[in-house]
Amino acid sequence: MAEPARILYCHCAHAQVVPRDVKEAVLRRLSDSGVSFEAAADLCEMAARNDPALVRLAGEGCVQIAACYPRAVKWLFAAAGAPLDPARTQVLNMRTAPAEEIAAALASGTFTPNLPAGKPLPEDAPSPSKAAPAS
Amino acid sequence: MSLKDQSSLRIVVYEGAGATPLGPEARFELLSAALERGFSVTRATGRGSVSPSDRTSLLVVGAFDAGVPPAGGVGEDGSTVRFHDIAGMGGRAVADLIDQARSESGAPVPGAWKPWFPVIDFDRCTNCMQCLSFCLFGVYGVDAGHKIQVQNNDNCKTNCPACSRVCPEAAIMFPKYKAGPINGDVVSDQDLQREKMKVDISGLLGGDVYSLLRERSERAKSRFSKERDADKALTERQKCLTKLAQAGDIPAEVLMSLPSPEEIARRAEEAKARARDALEAAGGSRT
Repeated sequence: MAEPARILYCHCAHAQVVPRDVKEAVLRRLSDSGVSFEAAADLCEMAARNDPALVRLAGEGCVQIAACYPRAVKWLFAAAGAPLDPARTQVLNMRTAPAEEIAAALASGTFTPNLPAGKPLPEDAPSPSKAAPAS
Repeated sequence: MSLKDQSSLRIVVYEGAGATPLGPEARFELLSAALERGFSVTRATGRGSVSPSDRTSLLVVGAFDAGVPPAGGVGEDGSTVRFHDIAGMGGRAVADLIDQARSESGAPVPGAWKPWFPVIDFDRCTNCMQCLSFCLFGVYGVDAGHKIQVQNNDNCKTNCPACSRVCPEAAIMFPKYKAGPINGDVVSDQDLQREKMKVDISGLLGGDVYSLLRERSERAKSRFSKERDADKALTERQKCLTKLAQAGDIPAEVLMSLPSPEEIARRAEEAKARARDALEAAGGSRT
């Protein structure tokens, strides 16, 4: 049997763009579910700091991320040098979907990868280690 | 301190073997308090999986058997693991514990900086350098391969999405922006056709945005010198800025904080030169 997907929840703590009732309801359902999960206060803030924890969170195996738009999540991780594997990542958008839908997807045990496919690979994104000094 | 130098601390809510699960309300309160304070949290139970540990310091809290938490320690890399028994502790006490952990770890205070910075969608980006040429604040740069990248995200002006509007491919996102496609929503053909997404604010305003600012400022200055009317000059400047703000959804405070026209001109030239150099270098490395 395949290992269940890891769950990562983003609280988007530093902005009001994710409806408060949605993120609280999703967190409440996760909290009550009895399953292990990861929660980030704000993925944007972690990406801005190039937080090495993003590499851990992108990690190996499948991951379901309750956050915002898949395109934004994909490139936030890539910008921090922690590209997500498109075949093993499902992003659930708390800005647009109701809490019930998100919670049901997290609890269902089914996994539907949905990162937008693109021309280059995430590894093609420039990383801090490759940065040239600003002129 | 640069954002990239700030340390972090991960809180682990442990409910596996050797600990009693917390009550639903206590758990939710703890999770919420930690997240609102800016911490990453791992809830570890016997079900499901979490990411492996990394070099982040850990504060592991739980209702440990007999109220005795395991001993902590310091790893070879200097990261610390501390355990704390929180059985019977109220929400306030747990929040205090988290605050104490923050001050000991040097983790940043939440909300001190709104994470507002551009995120490039490299599926769409064509490396045209419009953004590098446009930004006056040195947010963009190029990597060793002459590829555009966000280099100084803490230079970005909060709530200002102007560079995303000059991007002809709608490749620049601000995930905390209110509307699509700048917020990361799917880019439609309509978005690309929309004049405001197409090329630039300068087009909307009938000329180079910086030239416009300079012209307006010169006119205001000349009027000021003739009339000695500071209020009138200020009104003129505000009128110009209001128009810019509306056209590009640029916060007025960002426009009001722009440097002098001479400094704008200098920075704009510098940014354009950097973009030109990067394009030439990228062209050269492709041949």
